[in-house]
Amino acid sequence: MGLGYLTTIGTFVGIYIILTLSLNIISGYAGQISLGHAAFFGIGAYTSALLTLKAGFSFWLALPAAMIIAGFIGAGVGIISLRIKGDFLAVTTIGINFVIVTVFEYSDFFGGAYGIMGIQYPMLFGLKISKFYYLMLVFFFVVVTAFFCFLISKSWIGLALETIREDEDAAEASGLNCAKFKIIAFAMGCAFAGLGGVLYAHFMRFITPNDFTFPVSITIVAMMVVGGMGTIRGPILGALLMAALPELLRPLANYRLLFYGGLIVFMTRFQPQGLFGENAFIIKKLFGQNLRAAFSKRNRAGGEEI
Amino acid sequence: MLQQVVNGIIIGSLYALIAVGLTMVYGILRILHIAHAAVFVSGAYLGLLVYTYTQSLILALILAAVGCSIFGWLIQRFLYTPLLTEARIVPLIASVGLFILCEDLFRLLGGPYIRAFKVDLWFDKLIFFDTVVTAHQCLIVIGTAACLVSVYFLINRTKLGLAWQATAQDMDTAKAMGINIKQVINFNFIIASSIAAIAGVLTAINYNSVLPTMGSVPAYKMFAIVVLGGLGSIPGTIAAGLIIGMAETIMSAYFGFIMPRDAIAFSAMILILIFRPQGLFGKGV
Repeated sequence: MGLGYLTTIGTFVGIYIILTLSLNIISGYAGQISLGHAAFFGIGAYTSALLTLKAGFSFWLALPAAMIIAGFIGAGVGIISLRIKGDFLAVTTIGINFVIVTVFEYSDFFGGAYGIMGIQYPMLFGLKISKFYYLMLVFFFVVVTAFFCFLISKSWIGLALETIREDEDAAEASGLNCAKFKIIAFAMGCAFAGLGGVLYAHFMRFITPNDFTFPVSITIVAMMVVGGMGTIRGPILGALLMAALPELLRPLANYRLLFYGGLIVFMTRFQPQGLFGENAFIIKKLFGQNLRAAFSKRNRAGGEEI
Repeated sequence: MLQQVVNGIIIGSLYALIAVGLTMVYGILRILHIAHAAVFVSGAYLGLLVYTYTQSLILALILAAVGCSIFGWLIQRFLYTPLLTEARIVPLIASVGLFILCEDLFRLLGGPYIRAFKVDLWFDKLIFFDTVVTAHQCLIVIGTAACLVSVYFLINRTKLGLAWQATAQDMDTAKAMGINIKQVINFNFIIASSIAAIAGVLTAINYNSVLPTMGSVPAYKMFAIVVLGGLGSIPGTIAAGLIIGMAETIMSAYFGFIMPRDAIAFSAMILILIFRPQGLFGKGV
Protein backbone atom coordinates (compact mmCIF):
# COMPACT_ATOMS: atom_id res chain seq x y z
CA MET A 1 0.00 0.00 0.00
CA GLY A 2 1.64 3.14 -1.22
CA LEU A 3 1.15 6.61 0.15
CA GLY A 4 -0.57 7.67 -3.06
CA TYR A 5 -3.15 4.95 -2.61
CA LEU A 6 -3.85 6.03 0.96
CA THR A 7 -4.17 9.66 -0.17
CA THR A 8 -6.73 8.66 -2.77
CA ILE A 9 -8.74 6.60 -0.29
CA GLY A 10 -8.52 9.47 2.20
CA THR A 11 -9.89 11.93 -0.35
CA PHE A 12 -12.82 9.64 -1.18
CA VAL A 13 -13.57 9.11 2.50
CA GLY A 14 -13.55 12.88 3.01
CA ILE A 15 -15.98 13.43 0.13
CA TYR A 16 -18.27 10.73 1.49
CA ILE A 17 -18.20 12.34 4.94
CA ILE A 18 -19.31 15.65 3.41
CA LEU A 19 -22.11 13.88 1.50
CA THR A 20 -23.29 11.97 4.55
CA LEU A 21 -23.25 15.05 6.77
CA SER A 22 -25.20 17.00 4.18
CA LEU A 23 -27.84 14.28 3.90
CA ASN A 24 -28.00 14.25 7.67
CA ILE A 25 -29.27 17.84 7.63
CA ILE A 26 -32.25 16.72 5.53
CA SER A 27 -32.93 13.27 7.00
CA GLY A 28 -31.36 13.38 10.44
CA TYR A 29 -32.38 16.88 11.52
CA ALA A 30 -35.53 17.58 9.51
CA GLY A 31 -36.68 13.94 9.25
CA GLN A 32 -37.35 14.08 5.48
CA ILE A 33 -36.23 10.86 3.80
CA SER A 34 -34.27 11.59 0.64
CA LEU A 35 -33.11 8.68 -1.50
CA GLY A 36 -31.81 10.84 -4.33
CA HIS A 37 -28.92 12.65 -2.73
CA ALA A 38 -26.45 11.50 -5.40
CA ALA A 39 -28.32 13.73 -7.87
CA PHE A 40 -27.13 16.82 -6.01
CA PHE A 41 -23.65 15.37 -5.73
CA GLY A 42 -23.84 15.12 -9.53
CA ILE A 43 -25.25 18.61 -9.99
CA GLY A 44 -22.34 20.05 -8.02
CA ALA A 45 -19.81 18.04 -10.02
CA TYR A 46 -21.30 18.88 -13.42
CA THR A 47 -21.81 22.57 -12.65
CA SER A 48 -18.26 23.01 -11.52
CA ALA A 49 -16.87 21.00 -14.44
CA LEU A 50 -18.82 23.03 -16.98
CA LEU A 51 -18.06 26.37 -15.34
CA THR A 52 -14.33 25.73 -15.30
CA LEU A 53 -14.17 24.19 -18.77
CA LYS A 54 -16.65 26.26 -20.76
CA ALA A 55 -17.02 29.53 -18.86
CA GLY A 56 -13.40 29.83 -17.77
CA PHE A 57 -14.12 30.05 -14.05
CA SER A 58 -11.35 29.17 -11.63
CA PHE A 59 -11.89 26.31 -9.18
CA TRP A 60 -12.28 28.77 -6.31
CA LEU A 61 -15.06 30.66 -8.05
CA ALA A 62 -16.78 27.56 -9.44
CA LEU A 63 -16.99 26.00 -5.98
CA PRO A 64 -19.40 28.53 -4.40
CA ALA A 65 -21.29 28.84 -7.71
CA ALA A 66 -21.87 25.08 -7.86
CA MET A 67 -22.97 25.06 -4.23
CA ILE A 68 -25.48 27.82 -4.87
CA ILE A 69 -26.93 26.07 -7.93
CA ALA A 70 -27.19 22.71 -6.14
CA GLY A 71 -28.80 24.54 -3.21
CA PHE A 72 -31.38 26.21 -5.45
CA ILE A 73 -32.35 22.94 -7.13
CA GLY A 74 -32.46 21.36 -3.67
CA ALA A 75 -34.86 24.08 -2.56
CA GLY A 76 -37.05 23.00 -5.49
CA VAL A 77 -37.16 19.50 -4.05
CA GLY A 78 -37.97 21.13 -0.72
CA ILE A 79 -41.00 22.75 -2.34
CA ILE A 80 -42.06 19.36 -3.73
CA SER A 81 -41.69 17.91 -0.22
CA LEU A 82 -44.37 20.32 1.03
CA ARG A 83 -46.91 18.49 -1.07
CA ILE A 84 -45.60 14.94 -1.20
CA LYS A 85 -44.90 13.49 2.21
CA GLY A 86 -43.33 10.55 4.01
CA ASP A 87 -42.74 7.43 1.96
CA PHE A 88 -44.19 9.06 -1.14
CA LEU A 89 -41.41 11.62 -0.85
CA ALA A 90 -38.79 8.88 -0.44
CA VAL A 91 -39.85 7.28 -3.70
CA THR A 92 -40.18 10.64 -5.46
CA THR A 93 -36.56 11.43 -4.60
CA ILE A 94 -35.54 8.11 -6.19
CA GLY A 95 -37.37 9.36 -9.27
CA ILE A 96 -35.63 12.73 -9.17
CA ASN A 97 -32.29 10.94 -9.05
CA PHE A 98 -33.19 8.91 -12.14
CA VAL A 99 -34.50 11.89 -14.06
CA ILE A 100 -31.43 14.02 -13.33
CA VAL A 101 -29.04 11.21 -14.29
CA THR A 102 -31.07 10.78 -17.49
CA VAL A 103 -30.65 14.47 -18.28
CA PHE A 104 -26.87 14.14 -17.85
CA GLU A 105 -26.83 11.02 -19.96
CA TYR A 106 -29.01 12.13 -22.86
CA SER A 107 -28.06 15.73 -23.48
CA ASP A 108 -24.96 16.70 -25.39
CA PHE A 109 -24.51 19.79 -23.26
CA PHE A 110 -23.55 17.52 -20.35
CA GLY A 111 -21.32 15.33 -22.47
CA GLY A 112 -23.80 12.47 -22.86
CA ALA A 113 -22.96 8.99 -21.67
CA TYR A 114 -19.21 9.65 -22.02
CA GLY A 115 -19.34 12.39 -19.41
CA ILE A 116 -16.86 15.24 -19.18
CA MET A 117 -13.13 14.77 -19.52
CA GLY A 118 -10.13 16.95 -18.78
CA ILE A 119 -11.46 18.84 -15.78
CA GLN A 120 -8.63 20.95 -14.33
CA TYR A 121 -6.92 20.27 -11.07
CA PRO A 122 -7.30 23.34 -8.83
CA MET A 123 -4.48 25.91 -8.94
CA LEU A 124 -3.23 27.89 -6.00
CA PHE A 125 -1.01 30.96 -6.66
CA GLY A 126 -0.51 29.75 -10.21
CA LEU A 127 0.70 26.29 -9.15
CA LYS A 128 -1.05 22.95 -9.44
CA ILE A 129 -1.60 21.65 -5.95
CA SER A 130 -0.35 18.15 -5.19
CA LYS A 131 -2.55 15.21 -4.28
CA PHE A 132 -1.55 15.48 -0.67
CA TYR A 133 -2.60 19.14 -0.49
CA TYR A 134 -5.83 18.20 -2.21
CA LEU A 135 -6.46 15.76 0.62
CA MET A 136 -5.80 18.60 3.07
CA LEU A 137 -8.26 20.77 1.15
CA VAL A 138 -10.92 18.06 1.35
CA PHE A 139 -10.17 17.65 5.04
CA PHE A 140 -10.57 21.40 5.52
CA PHE A 141 -14.01 21.27 3.89
CA VAL A 142 -14.97 18.27 6.03
CA VAL A 143 -14.21 20.37 9.10
CA VAL A 144 -16.16 23.31 7.66
CA THR A 145 -19.16 21.07 6.93
CA ALA A 146 -19.06 19.45 10.36
CA PHE A 147 -18.78 22.86 12.03
CA PHE A 148 -21.69 24.15 9.96
CA CYS A 149 -23.78 21.15 11.04
CA PHE A 150 -22.80 21.81 14.65
CA LEU A 151 -23.93 25.44 14.31
CA ILE A 152 -27.25 24.36 12.81
CA SER A 153 -27.90 21.83 15.55
CA LYS A 154 -27.30 24.51 18.19
CA SER A 155 -29.34 27.22 16.47
CA TRP A 156 -33.03 28.03 16.19
CA ILE A 157 -33.09 26.39 12.78
CA GLY A 158 -31.87 23.14 14.33
CA LEU A 159 -34.51 23.32 17.02
CA ALA A 160 -37.22 24.03 14.45
CA LEU A 161 -36.07 21.15 12.24
CA GLU A 162 -36.07 18.78 15.21
CA THR A 163 -39.62 19.82 16.03
CA ILE A 164 -40.71 19.16 12.46
CA ARG A 165 -39.03 15.75 12.57
CA GLU A 166 -40.79 14.74 15.77
CA ASP A 167 -44.27 15.98 14.92
CA GLU A 168 -45.00 18.15 11.94
CA ASP A 169 -48.63 18.85 12.82
CA ALA A 170 -47.73 19.92 16.34
CA ALA A 171 -44.96 22.15 14.97
CA GLU A 172 -47.37 23.79 12.56
CA ALA A 173 -49.95 24.19 15.31
CA SER A 174 -47.48 25.93 17.57
CA GLY A 175 -46.88 28.58 14.95
CA LEU A 176 -43.77 27.24 13.26
CA ASN A 177 -43.51 27.96 9.53
CA CYS A 178 -42.75 24.35 8.55
CA ALA A 179 -42.63 25.10 4.84
CA LYS A 180 -39.85 27.65 5.25
CA PHE A 181 -37.70 25.45 7.45
CA LYS A 182 -38.12 22.37 5.27
CA ILE A 183 -37.04 24.30 2.19
CA ILE A 184 -34.06 25.71 4.13
CA ALA A 185 -33.07 22.18 5.20
CA PHE A 186 -33.22 20.87 1.64
CA ALA A 187 -31.33 23.88 0.28
CA MET A 188 -28.54 23.58 2.85
CA GLY A 189 -28.23 19.81 2.54
CA CYS A 190 -28.12 19.91 -1.24
CA ALA A 191 -25.66 22.81 -1.33
CA PHE A 192 -23.20 20.77 0.73
CA ALA A 193 -23.81 17.74 -1.47
CA GLY A 194 -22.85 20.08 -4.32
CA LEU A 195 -19.63 20.87 -2.47
CA GLY A 196 -18.89 17.15 -2.35
CA GLY A 197 -19.53 17.03 -6.09
CA VAL A 198 -17.10 19.85 -6.83
CA LEU A 199 -14.37 18.16 -4.81
CA TYR A 200 -15.07 14.86 -6.58
CA ALA A 201 -15.04 16.35 -10.10
CA HIS A 202 -11.74 18.17 -9.69
CA PHE A 203 -10.11 15.19 -8.05
CA MET A 204 -11.23 12.60 -10.62
CA ARG A 205 -10.91 15.12 -13.51
CA PHE A 206 -13.33 12.87 -15.41
CA ILE A 207 -17.00 12.41 -14.57
CA THR A 208 -19.73 10.29 -16.13
CA PRO A 209 -23.47 10.10 -15.34
CA ASN A 210 -22.75 6.65 -13.87
CA ASP A 211 -20.96 8.19 -10.89
CA PHE A 212 -24.20 9.71 -9.57
CA THR A 213 -26.79 6.95 -9.92
CA PHE A 214 -29.29 5.64 -7.39
CA PRO A 215 -26.92 3.06 -5.79
CA VAL A 216 -24.65 5.97 -4.79
CA SER A 217 -27.60 7.60 -3.02
CA ILE A 218 -28.29 4.34 -1.23
CA THR A 219 -24.64 4.13 -0.16
CA ILE A 220 -24.88 7.62 1.35
CA VAL A 221 -28.11 6.77 3.19
CA ALA A 222 -26.60 3.50 4.44
CA MET A 223 -23.54 5.36 5.77
CA MET A 224 -25.78 7.75 7.64
CA VAL A 225 -28.03 5.08 9.12
CA VAL A 226 -25.20 2.74 10.07
CA GLY A 227 -23.35 5.60 11.75
CA GLY A 228 -26.38 6.98 13.55
CA MET A 229 -28.52 9.70 12.03
CA GLY A 230 -29.35 12.95 13.77
CA THR A 231 -25.91 13.26 15.37
CA ILE A 232 -22.71 14.69 13.91
CA ARG A 233 -20.32 11.94 15.02
CA GLY A 234 -22.63 9.27 13.57
CA PRO A 235 -22.47 10.27 9.89
CA ILE A 236 -18.74 11.04 10.12
CA LEU A 237 -17.82 7.70 11.67
CA GLY A 238 -20.37 5.84 9.55
CA ALA A 239 -18.92 7.26 6.33
CA LEU A 240 -15.39 6.57 7.56
CA LEU A 241 -16.26 2.97 8.39
CA MET A 242 -18.30 2.16 5.31
CA ALA A 243 -16.02 3.91 2.82
CA ALA A 244 -13.01 2.10 4.28
CA LEU A 245 -14.86 -1.21 4.52
CA PRO A 246 -14.62 -2.24 0.84
CA GLU A 247 -10.86 -1.64 1.07
CA LEU A 248 -10.60 -3.64 4.28
CA LEU A 249 -12.66 -6.42 2.73
CA ARG A 250 -10.34 -6.61 -0.27
CA PRO A 251 -8.74 -9.89 0.90
CA LEU A 252 -12.18 -11.51 0.65
CA ALA A 253 -12.11 -10.73 -3.08
CA ASN A 254 -15.06 -12.62 -4.54
CA TYR A 255 -17.17 -12.44 -1.38
CA ARG A 256 -16.85 -8.68 -0.79
CA LEU A 257 -20.39 -7.64 -1.66
CA LEU A 258 -21.77 -10.59 0.26
CA PHE A 259 -20.05 -9.39 3.42
CA TYR A 260 -20.85 -5.75 2.72
CA GLY A 261 -24.57 -6.50 2.42
CA GLY A 262 -24.44 -8.87 5.36
CA LEU A 263 -22.79 -6.26 7.56
CA ILE A 264 -25.44 -3.66 6.68
CA VAL A 265 -28.17 -6.13 7.60
CA PHE A 266 -26.38 -7.16 10.79
CA MET A 267 -25.66 -3.61 11.94
CA THR A 268 -29.13 -2.24 11.25
CA ARG A 269 -30.71 -5.28 12.83
CA PHE A 270 -28.77 -5.11 16.09
CA GLN A 271 -27.95 -1.40 16.31
CA PRO A 272 -30.96 0.18 14.61
CA GLN A 273 -30.10 3.63 15.98
CA GLY A 274 -26.68 3.46 14.42
CA LEU A 275 -23.32 2.25 15.66
CA PHE A 276 -22.51 5.64 17.13
CA GLY A 277 -26.02 6.97 17.66
CA GLU A 278 -27.85 8.07 20.78
CA ASN A 279 -28.26 4.72 22.52
CA ALA A 280 -25.48 2.85 20.80
CA PHE A 281 -23.71 -0.03 22.48
CA ILE A 282 -20.25 1.42 21.73
CA ILE A 283 -21.07 4.84 23.19
CA LYS A 284 -22.58 3.24 26.29
CA LYS A 285 -19.49 1.11 26.81
CA LEU A 286 -17.18 4.10 26.42
CA PHE A 287 -19.05 6.54 28.61
CA GLY A 288 -20.91 4.24 30.96
CA GLN A 289 -24.27 5.59 29.84
CA ASN A 290 -25.60 7.37 26.81
CA LEU A 291 -23.97 10.68 25.98
CA ARG A 292 -26.86 12.95 26.68
CA ALA A 293 -27.27 11.49 30.17
CA ALA A 294 -23.52 11.82 30.77
CA PHE A 295 -23.55 15.48 29.83
CA SER A 296 -26.66 16.38 31.76
CA LYS A 297 -25.22 14.70 34.83
CA ARG A 298 -22.02 16.69 34.51
CA ASN A 299 -23.99 19.90 34.09
CA ARG A 300 -26.02 19.12 37.13
CA ALA A 301 -22.93 18.40 39.16
CA GLY A 302 -21.37 21.69 38.08
CA GLY A 303 -24.48 23.77 38.64
CA GLU A 304 -26.10 24.93 41.84
CA GLU A 305 -27.93 22.46 43.95
CA ILE A 306 -31.63 22.88 43.80
CA MET B 1 -50.17 -0.69 -32.98
CA LEU B 2 -52.17 -3.62 -31.65
CA GLN B 3 -48.95 -5.60 -31.43
CA GLN B 4 -47.44 -2.93 -29.19
CA VAL B 5 -50.56 -2.93 -27.02
CA VAL B 6 -50.24 -6.70 -26.57
CA ASN B 7 -46.55 -6.37 -25.67
CA GLY B 8 -47.41 -3.56 -23.29
CA ILE B 9 -50.04 -5.67 -21.55
CA ILE B 10 -47.54 -8.50 -21.10
CA ILE B 11 -44.86 -6.25 -19.58
CA GLY B 12 -47.51 -4.44 -17.56
CA SER B 13 -48.95 -7.61 -16.08
CA LEU B 14 -45.49 -8.76 -15.01
CA TYR B 15 -44.95 -5.37 -13.36
CA ALA B 16 -48.32 -5.61 -11.66
CA LEU B 17 -47.53 -9.08 -10.31
CA ILE B 18 -44.28 -7.97 -8.68
CA ALA B 19 -45.73 -4.72 -7.43
CA VAL B 20 -48.82 -6.28 -5.82
CA GLY B 21 -46.64 -8.06 -3.27
CA LEU B 22 -44.79 -4.86 -2.55
CA THR B 23 -47.96 -2.91 -2.01
CA MET B 24 -49.33 -5.63 0.29
CA VAL B 25 -46.22 -5.49 2.46
CA TYR B 26 -46.42 -1.73 2.55
CA GLY B 27 -50.11 -1.83 3.36
CA ILE B 28 -49.53 -3.79 6.56
CA LEU B 29 -46.04 -3.01 7.80
CA ARG B 30 -45.41 0.39 6.14
CA ILE B 31 -42.00 -0.82 4.98
CA LEU B 32 -40.54 -0.14 1.54
CA HIS B 33 -39.55 -3.75 0.87
CA ILE B 34 -36.62 -3.51 -1.55
CA ALA B 35 -35.64 -7.12 -0.81
CA HIS B 36 -38.88 -8.13 -2.54
CA ALA B 37 -36.79 -8.08 -5.72
CA ALA B 38 -34.48 -10.64 -4.11
CA VAL B 39 -37.49 -12.86 -3.45
CA PHE B 40 -38.46 -12.39 -7.10
CA VAL B 41 -35.01 -13.49 -8.34
CA SER B 42 -34.90 -16.46 -5.98
CA GLY B 43 -38.28 -17.49 -7.41
CA ALA B 44 -36.82 -17.49 -10.91
CA TYR B 45 -33.80 -19.57 -9.82
CA LEU B 46 -35.93 -22.04 -7.85
CA GLY B 47 -38.30 -22.38 -10.78
CA LEU B 48 -35.41 -23.04 -13.16
CA LEU B 49 -33.91 -25.59 -10.79
CA VAL B 50 -37.16 -27.52 -10.40
CA TYR B 51 -37.94 -27.28 -14.11
CA THR B 52 -34.57 -28.67 -15.20
CA TYR B 53 -35.01 -31.69 -12.93
CA THR B 54 -38.71 -32.43 -13.43
CA GLN B 55 -39.59 -30.78 -16.77
CA SER B 56 -42.91 -29.84 -15.19
CA LEU B 57 -43.88 -26.18 -15.31
CA ILE B 58 -46.73 -26.57 -12.79
CA LEU B 59 -44.40 -28.17 -10.27
CA ALA B 60 -41.80 -25.44 -10.90
CA LEU B 61 -44.34 -22.70 -10.21
CA ILE B 62 -45.66 -24.38 -7.06
CA LEU B 63 -42.28 -25.21 -5.56
CA ALA B 64 -40.92 -21.74 -6.37
CA ALA B 65 -43.93 -20.24 -4.62
CA VAL B 66 -43.49 -22.46 -1.58
CA GLY B 67 -39.75 -21.82 -1.35
CA CYS B 68 -40.19 -18.08 -1.66
CA SER B 69 -42.98 -18.03 0.91
CA ILE B 70 -40.53 -19.49 3.38
CA PHE B 71 -37.89 -16.96 2.33
CA GLY B 72 -40.34 -14.08 2.66
CA TRP B 73 -41.52 -15.30 6.01
CA LEU B 74 -37.95 -15.52 7.29
CA ILE B 75 -37.27 -11.93 6.18
CA GLN B 76 -40.38 -10.80 7.98
CA ARG B 77 -39.76 -12.75 11.16
CA PHE B 78 -36.07 -12.08 11.65
CA LEU B 79 -35.49 -8.73 9.98
CA TYR B 80 -38.62 -6.58 9.77
CA THR B 81 -40.63 -7.44 12.86
CA PRO B 82 -37.80 -6.55 15.28
CA LEU B 83 -37.28 -3.22 13.45
CA LEU B 84 -40.91 -2.12 13.35
CA THR B 85 -40.55 0.32 16.22
CA GLU B 86 -37.51 2.06 14.70
CA ALA B 87 -37.42 5.06 12.37
CA ARG B 88 -38.89 4.22 8.95
CA ILE B 89 -35.58 4.49 7.18
CA VAL B 90 -33.94 1.73 9.27
CA PRO B 91 -35.89 -1.28 7.88
CA LEU B 92 -35.44 0.26 4.43
CA ILE B 93 -31.65 0.20 4.78
CA ALA B 94 -31.77 -3.30 6.27
CA SER B 95 -33.79 -4.31 3.22
CA VAL B 96 -31.24 -2.75 0.86
CA GLY B 97 -28.46 -4.60 2.67
CA LEU B 98 -30.34 -7.86 2.31
CA PHE B 99 -30.87 -7.19 -1.39
CA ILE B 100 -27.12 -6.58 -1.95
CA LEU B 101 -26.34 -9.75 -0.01
CA CYS B 102 -28.84 -11.85 -1.95
CA GLU B 103 -27.76 -10.53 -5.34
CA ASP B 104 -24.19 -11.57 -4.57
CA LEU B 105 -25.37 -14.90 -3.21
CA PHE B 106 -27.22 -15.62 -6.47
CA ARG B 107 -24.08 -14.73 -8.39
CA LEU B 108 -21.98 -17.12 -6.29
CA LEU B 109 -24.50 -19.97 -6.36
CA GLY B 110 -25.93 -19.59 -9.84
CA GLY B 111 -22.88 -18.28 -11.66
CA PRO B 112 -22.42 -14.76 -13.09
CA TYR B 113 -23.80 -15.70 -16.51
CA ILE B 114 -27.24 -15.78 -18.08
CA ARG B 115 -28.98 -19.15 -17.89
CA ALA B 116 -31.63 -20.02 -20.43
CA PHE B 117 -35.12 -20.91 -19.24
CA LYS B 118 -36.66 -22.56 -22.25
CA VAL B 119 -40.16 -23.89 -21.86
CA ASP B 120 -42.00 -25.64 -24.68
CA LEU B 121 -45.76 -25.29 -24.56
CA TRP B 122 -48.22 -27.33 -26.60
CA PHE B 123 -48.74 -24.59 -29.15
CA ASP B 124 -46.36 -22.04 -30.54
CA LYS B 125 -48.25 -18.84 -31.19
CA LEU B 126 -51.67 -17.45 -31.97
CA ILE B 127 -52.13 -15.04 -34.84
CA PHE B 128 -55.05 -12.61 -34.95
CA PHE B 129 -54.89 -10.60 -38.15
CA ASP B 130 -51.42 -9.02 -37.92
CA THR B 131 -50.98 -9.47 -34.22
CA VAL B 132 -48.84 -12.29 -32.89
CA VAL B 133 -49.37 -13.58 -29.39
CA THR B 134 -46.80 -16.19 -28.44
CA ALA B 135 -47.68 -19.13 -26.22
CA HIS B 136 -45.41 -17.69 -23.51
CA GLN B 137 -47.36 -14.48 -23.58
CA CYS B 138 -50.62 -16.41 -23.19
CA LEU B 139 -49.09 -18.21 -20.25
CA ILE B 140 -48.16 -14.90 -18.63
CA VAL B 141 -51.64 -13.46 -19.08
CA ILE B 142 -53.26 -16.60 -17.67
CA GLY B 143 -50.79 -16.79 -14.78
CA THR B 144 -51.23 -13.15 -13.89
CA ALA B 145 -55.00 -13.35 -14.06
CA ALA B 146 -55.02 -16.49 -11.91
CA CYS B 147 -52.79 -14.87 -9.28
CA LEU B 148 -54.73 -11.64 -9.15
CA VAL B 149 -58.12 -13.37 -8.99
CA SER B 150 -56.93 -15.60 -6.16
CA VAL B 151 -55.57 -12.59 -4.28
CA TYR B 152 -58.94 -10.90 -4.75
CA PHE B 153 -60.77 -13.91 -3.34
CA LEU B 154 -58.35 -14.40 -0.47
CA ILE B 155 -58.72 -10.80 0.59
CA ASN B 156 -62.40 -10.25 -0.01
CA ARG B 157 -63.94 -13.65 0.64
CA THR B 158 -62.02 -15.22 3.50
CA LYS B 159 -61.96 -14.44 7.19
CA LEU B 160 -58.21 -13.96 7.16
CA GLY B 161 -58.60 -11.57 4.24
CA LEU B 162 -61.08 -9.53 6.21
CA ALA B 163 -58.60 -9.41 9.08
CA TRP B 164 -55.96 -8.33 6.55
CA GLN B 165 -58.14 -5.44 5.41
CA ALA B 166 -58.80 -4.34 8.95
CA THR B 167 -55.10 -4.46 9.79
CA ALA B 168 -54.20 -2.50 6.67
CA GLN B 169 -56.60 0.24 7.74
CA ASP B 170 -55.46 0.53 11.32
CA MET B 171 -53.19 -1.98 12.96
CA ASP B 172 -53.73 -0.83 16.55
CA THR B 173 -57.50 -0.84 16.34
CA ALA B 174 -57.43 -4.23 14.62
CA LYS B 175 -55.29 -5.54 17.46
CA ALA B 176 -57.70 -4.11 20.02
CA MET B 177 -60.58 -5.87 18.25
CA GLY B 178 -58.86 -9.20 18.86
CA ILE B 179 -57.42 -9.80 15.43
CA ASN B 180 -54.34 -12.00 15.49
CA ILE B 181 -51.86 -9.57 13.95
CA LYS B 182 -49.03 -12.08 13.77
CA GLN B 183 -51.18 -14.40 11.70
CA VAL B 184 -52.17 -11.55 9.38
CA ILE B 185 -48.54 -10.52 8.87
CA ASN B 186 -47.51 -14.11 8.12
CA PHE B 187 -50.40 -14.48 5.67
CA ASN B 188 -49.40 -11.21 4.06
CA PHE B 189 -45.78 -12.22 3.50
CA ILE B 190 -46.66 -15.71 2.29
CA ILE B 191 -49.07 -14.35 -0.35
CA ALA B 192 -46.78 -11.50 -1.40
CA SER B 193 -43.71 -13.73 -1.69
CA SER B 194 -45.42 -16.53 -3.57
CA ILE B 195 -46.78 -14.04 -6.11
CA ALA B 196 -43.26 -12.61 -6.47
CA ALA B 197 -41.97 -16.14 -7.08
CA ILE B 198 -44.54 -16.73 -9.81
CA ALA B 199 -43.69 -13.36 -11.32
CA GLY B 200 -40.02 -14.40 -11.26
CA VAL B 201 -40.67 -17.65 -13.10
CA LEU B 202 -42.93 -15.96 -15.66
CA THR B 203 -40.43 -13.14 -16.29
CA ALA B 204 -37.64 -15.68 -16.74
CA ILE B 205 -39.76 -17.60 -19.26
CA ASN B 206 -40.71 -14.42 -21.10
CA TYR B 207 -37.10 -13.34 -21.65
CA ASN B 208 -35.80 -16.92 -21.72
CA SER B 209 -33.12 -15.94 -19.24
CA VAL B 210 -32.29 -16.08 -15.55
CA LEU B 211 -29.40 -13.97 -14.27
CA PRO B 212 -28.29 -12.76 -10.83
CA THR B 213 -28.96 -9.09 -11.56
CA MET B 214 -32.45 -9.53 -13.02
CA GLY B 215 -33.87 -8.02 -9.82
CA SER B 216 -31.98 -4.75 -9.85
CA VAL B 217 -34.29 -2.89 -12.24
CA PRO B 218 -37.54 -4.15 -10.64
CA ALA B 219 -36.11 -3.31 -7.18
CA TYR B 220 -36.64 0.38 -7.70
CA LYS B 221 -38.97 0.61 -10.68
CA MET B 222 -41.65 -1.23 -8.73
CA PHE B 223 -41.68 1.63 -6.25
CA ALA B 224 -42.69 4.05 -8.99
CA ILE B 225 -45.60 1.74 -9.82
CA VAL B 226 -46.63 1.16 -6.23
CA VAL B 227 -46.54 4.87 -5.46
CA LEU B 228 -48.38 5.74 -8.64
CA GLY B 229 -51.14 3.35 -7.61
CA GLY B 230 -51.29 4.95 -4.18
CA LEU B 231 -49.11 2.99 -1.72
CA GLY B 232 -51.07 0.11 -0.24
CA SER B 233 -53.91 0.02 -2.76
CA ILE B 234 -54.05 -3.30 -4.64
CA PRO B 235 -56.37 -2.31 -7.54
CA GLY B 236 -54.40 0.92 -7.95
CA THR B 237 -51.15 -1.00 -8.20
CA ILE B 238 -52.51 -3.34 -10.86
CA ALA B 239 -53.76 -0.42 -12.91
CA ALA B 240 -50.50 1.48 -12.49
CA GLY B 241 -48.48 -1.59 -13.52
CA LEU B 242 -50.48 -1.93 -16.72
CA ILE B 243 -50.31 1.80 -17.46
CA ILE B 244 -46.52 1.95 -16.99
CA GLY B 245 -45.94 -1.23 -18.99
CA MET B 246 -48.06 0.13 -21.82
CA ALA B 247 -46.53 3.61 -21.71
CA GLU B 248 -42.99 2.23 -21.79
CA THR B 249 -43.63 -0.10 -24.70
CA ILE B 250 -45.53 2.39 -26.81
CA MET B 251 -43.19 5.29 -26.11
CA SER B 252 -40.05 3.37 -26.94
CA ALA B 253 -41.67 1.91 -30.04
CA TYR B 254 -42.99 5.15 -31.50
CA PHE B 255 -40.80 7.92 -30.15
CA GLY B 256 -37.50 6.06 -30.13
CA PHE B 257 -34.91 6.94 -27.57
CA ILE B 258 -35.99 10.27 -26.16
CA MET B 259 -35.28 8.84 -22.77
CA PRO B 260 -34.30 5.40 -21.56
CA ARG B 261 -37.12 3.00 -20.80
CA ASP B 262 -36.48 2.99 -17.10
CA ALA B 263 -36.78 6.75 -16.71
CA ILE B 264 -40.31 6.81 -18.15
CA ALA B 265 -41.87 5.24 -15.06
CA PHE B 266 -40.25 7.77 -12.76
CA SER B 267 -41.00 10.79 -14.91
CA ALA B 268 -44.66 9.77 -15.07
CA MET B 269 -44.67 9.21 -11.35
CA ILE B 270 -43.21 12.62 -10.47
CA LEU B 271 -45.61 14.42 -12.81
CA ILE B 272 -48.66 12.64 -11.43
CA LEU B 273 -47.59 12.97 -7.79
CA ILE B 274 -47.21 16.73 -8.07
CA PHE B 275 -50.89 16.95 -8.98
CA ARG B 276 -52.13 14.02 -6.90
CA PRO B 277 -49.77 13.56 -3.94
CA GLN B 278 -51.60 10.44 -2.76
CA GLY B 279 -51.17 8.57 -6.05
CA LEU B 280 -53.76 7.79 -8.69
CA PHE B 281 -55.95 5.57 -6.54
CA GLY B 282 -54.78 6.40 -3.03
CA LYS B 283 -57.05 7.75 -0.36
CA GLY B 284 -56.21 11.12 1.16
CA VAL B 285 -53.11 11.24 3.32
